[in-house]
Amino acid sequence: MTTLAPVPASDPMTEGARQVTVVSRKAPIAFAAVTALVALLLLVAPRDGSTRFRFSDEGDLLRLPDVAVPGMVTAWVGVAVAAAVVAAGAVLAARRRRVPVVLTLVLVLALLVAFLAWAGAGSSRDFSVARLIGGSILLAVPIVFGALGGVIGERVGVVNIAIEGQLLAGAFCAAVAASLSGSAVVGVVAAVLAGALVALVLGVFTITYRVNQVIVGVVLNVLVVGLTSFLYSQVLVPGAERLNETDRFAPVAIPGLSSIPIVGPALFEQSVLVYVMYLAVPAVWFAMFRTRWGLRLRAVGEHPKAADTVGIKVERTRYRALLVAGGIVGIGGAFYTVVSVSSFGKEMTAGAGFIALAAVIFGKWDPVRAALAALLFGFASNLEGALSVVGAPVPSQFMLMLPYVVTILAVAGLVGRSRAPAASGEPYTKE
Amino acid sequence: MSHAAPQDPRGGQAAATDATPGAPGDVVADAEVPLTDTDVVHSRHGGTGPADPRWSEAFTRIVSGGWAVSLGAVLLAVLGGSIMIAVTDEAVRTASGYFFSRPSDTLGAVGSAVGNSYAALFRGAVWDYRADDVATAIRPLTSSLTFATPLIAAGLGVALAFRAGLFNIGGQGQILVAAAAAGWVGFGADLPWPLHMLLAMAVGIAAGALWAGIAGLLKATTGAHEVIVTIMLNYVAFYLLSWLLATPGLLQAPGSANPKTPPTAQSALMPDLLGPRYNLHLGFVFALLAVAGVWWLLHRSTLGFTFRAVGENPSAARVAGVDVGRTTVSAMLVAGGLLGLAGTSQVLGQVTTGFGSDIDAGIGFDAITVALLGRSSPLGVLAASILFGAFKAGGSAMQASQGVPIEIVLVVQSLIVLFIAAPPLVRAVFRLPQPGRRRPPRSRSRRDRKAVTA
Repeated sequence: MTTLAPVPASDPMTEGARQVTVVSRKAPIAFAAVTALVALLLLVAPRDGSTRFRFSDEGDLLRLPDVAVPGMVTAWVGVAVAAAVVAAGAVLAARRRRVPVVLTLVLVLALLVAFLAWAGAGSSRDFSVARLIGGSILLAVPIVFGALGGVIGERVGVVNIAIEGQLLAGAFCAAVAASLSGSAVVGVVAAVLAGALVALVLGVFTITYRVNQVIVGVVLNVLVVGLTSFLYSQVLVPGAERLNETDRFAPVAIPGLSSIPIVGPALFEQSVLVYVMYLAVPAVWFAMFRTRWGLRLRAVGEHPKAADTVGIKVERTRYRALLVAGGIVGIGGAFYTVVSVSSFGKEMTAGAGFIALAAVIFGKWDPVRAALAALLFGFASNLEGALSVVGAPVPSQFMLMLPYVVTILAVAGLVGRSRAPAASGEPYTKE
Repeated sequence: MSHAAPQDPRGGQAAATDATPGAPGDVVADAEVPLTDTDVVHSRHGGTGPADPRWSEAFTRIVSGGWAVSLGAVLLAVLGGSIMIAVTDEAVRTASGYFFSRPSDTLGAVGSAVGNSYAALFRGAVWDYRADDVATAIRPLTSSLTFATPLIAAGLGVALAFRAGLFNIGGQGQILVAAAAAGWVGFGADLPWPLHMLLAMAVGIAAGALWAGIAGLLKATTGAHEVIVTIMLNYVAFYLLSWLLATPGLLQAPGSANPKTPPTAQSALMPDLLGPRYNLHLGFVFALLAVAGVWWLLHRSTLGFTFRAVGENPSAARVAGVDVGRTTVSAMLVAGGLLGLAGTSQVLGQVTTGFGSDIDAGIGFDAITVALLGRSSPLGVLAASILFGAFKAGGSAMQASQGVPIEIVLVVQSLIVLFIAAPPLVRAVFRLPQPGRRRPPRSRSRRDRKAVTA
C-alpha cells in the first residue's frame, strides 16, 4: 500500500473514488512453500527404479496399457512444472492480478504426480489409478453428505456443529432398522429420520429457546456419542445377530457410463448411496440458488429481520431447512452401516462430522465447493492406503497426517478470511 | 459474579435467556398489575395469585432463580439417565413382559436397577458408605478430584479462548503435544526432584502453548478459521505422537515394540498430596493455582481486559486501539498453555508408568463441555470440573459393580449442560406439576373457566 499512499491528492473527492484492487500474496507463498517441501523430500530421499501406473483393471471393457515411468525423473519434471506455476503466480501477484484457479489445479496435479512417482519408484506393485479415485469417492461420501447438511444449516443461520452427532445417530439407526427389517432401504429411511431428529433437537434449543448454537451442537455430539455407545453395549452387543447385522447395498454398475476408461468403474460401479450423492450435490445447489425456497433460506441466514419484514416466517424457515439438512446428513450416516460395513461400532464416525464442518468452511458455504473439499479429504485419506500398497518409504503416520496438513495449508494459504452468512449463529427474536 | 456471564464465541445468548425471564416476573407480581403475563400463568396453573401474593412471589423467585434451574437441570438429566438404565435393564425387560398382570414387579425392577446404579455412582464418586473406616470411605472423593485435575486446567484453557471469542476445539492436540514434550523431559532428563518436575512442566506447557499458537498465528495473519485449524491440529498431533511412539529412539520405551513410552522418572513425578493411599497428586494444587491465575488474568489484568474486549466485539476493540491479531495469538498461547498444564498433569501425576497416544483420555473434548457448563468463568469451570470428575470416578464404579456402561455418564453430563443452557425449558417442565396443596384451587379455577365459557 505504501506505493499508493504518497500520491498527493489535489482533490479529496476523486481520491476516495480511486480503484484499489486488493491482491493477496498468500497464494504464491503457499504454492512456493508446498513446492519447496516436495523438492526437499526428493533431495533428501532420492529413490531408484520406475513407477508403474495402472489405468484399467482386469475385465474392463476398454483396456489401457500400464504406464511405467522412471520415478525420479518424473518427480523432478512434476516439481519443475510446479515451480513454473509458482513463478507465474508470483509474477501475477507482482502485477496485482488475480491468480486463476487453473494454475492452482495444475500445481496440485503436478505435485501429486511428482509425489506418487517418487513414492512408487522401484516398487514391484503398481498404482491403480481407478482404485485411487474409487476409494477416494467412498471415503468422501459421509463427509459430502455432512458438508451439504452443514452448508444448508449455516446458510439459514444455524451453525451445525452436531454434524458428527447426526452422522452417528444415522449410522446407529440405519444399522438397527436395516437389521430388524432385513432391508437396507429401510435403514436409510431410519437414518434420515434420525438425522432429522437430532436436527429437531438442535432446532428446539437454538431456534425456540435461543440457546447458543455452538453450545447445543457440541453438547448434542456428546449426547449422541453417549446414547449410541450406551445402547450399543447394553442392547446391540447382546442381540448382535438380530439387531446389528445389516444386508449391505451391493454395487450397481450403470450401463455405458461404467465402461468409460479409467474413471468409469471408479465412479459408476458403486452402491446406490454414492449415486444419491452425485444427485444430492447439484440438487442442493439448485435448491439453494435457483428456487424460491433457497432464496428465502439465504435471506433468513443473511438478514433475518429483512426477511421477516417481507413476510418470510424466520423460525419456520429455519426449522424446515434444519430438518432437511439433518435428513441429508443422516443419509451420510447410513453409509457407514449399510454400505461400508454391515454393523454398527462405537463412535464409528471417528470425527468425520468435524471434517465435514471443515469442508463447509473450506468450501466457503457453497454446496458444490464444500463437496469438492470433502472429496479432497477423501482423496488424501485414501492416498495413505494406496501408498502402503506400493510400500512407500514414508511412515504411515505422516501419510495419515497429510489430509489435515493439506487442509491447514489450504485454509491458510488459499481460502483465508472466509465470510460466513451474516446471521449464522444468531438467534432471531421477532420484535 | 456480574462479569461471570458466559462469553461464548457467538456472544453469550445463554446469559440473556437466563437473565431475562426471572426478574420482570417478580416486579409484576409485586405491583399487582392486572392482566399481565405472570398473572395469567399463575391463575392458569391454579396459582393462588392475588389471594396469596406472598406465596406466589416466593414461588416465582425460587423457581426463576439460577439455582432452581441448575437443580432442575440436574434432576431432569438424572431422570433421563434413569430412563436409559431402566429401559435397557435385563430384569426390567423381563418383568415388563407381564406388566399388566403384575405391574409391581416392573416397578420394583426399575427401582432396583436405577437405585443400585446411582448408589454405585455415589459410592464411586463421593463417599463409600460400605467402607469400614473413614480413610477408605473418602477415597472416592479424592479420586473424583484426581479426575477433575486435568479437566480444570483444560476447561480453563477452552474457557479463556471463549472469552477472547475463539473456539478452541484443539484441546486434544494441545494435550497430546504437551504430554509428549513433558514425558520426554520426564523420563529423559536427569535432575533432582523439584527442578526436574518443574522443567518437565515448563516444557509441556510451552509445547501446548506453541501448538495452540499455530492456530492463533494463522488466524491473525491469514484469517484461517481457528475451528478448522485446531481440529486439523488435533489429528496432526495424534499422528505425530503415534509416530514418535512407534519409532525406536524417540519416545518409545527402549527394548519394547509397543507404542508406549518408558515410565516417568521418580524425580519428575507430582507427589501424592495425601500419602500413597490416595492418588490425588500435586497437579490438583497447580490446577487450583491456575483457576486463581486465570481469574486474575481475566478480571484484574490489562491483557485479560483486551481478551474480553476482543471477545465481546473485535471491531470495537480494534477502534479502541487493541491489536486484535496480537490478542488472538496471545489468547491462544495462554489457552494452549493451560491445556498443556492438563497434559503435563496427566503424564507427571496420573499415568506415570508410560503412556500411549490415548493419553488425552478425551479431556480435550470434555473441556469444551466443562467450559460451557462453567459459563467460561474460572470458578464455574472449577465447579463443573469437579462435577465431571465425580461422574468419571463414579461412572467407572457403576460399570464395575452394576454392569451399566460408563457412557451413561456422557448422556447425563450432556443433558445437564443442555438443560442448564435453556432455563425456559427447565422452567416450563417444572412449573407444570404443582405441589399437592395447590390442587383444590386448581380444580376450582378450572370449574370457573368452564362456567365462563359455558
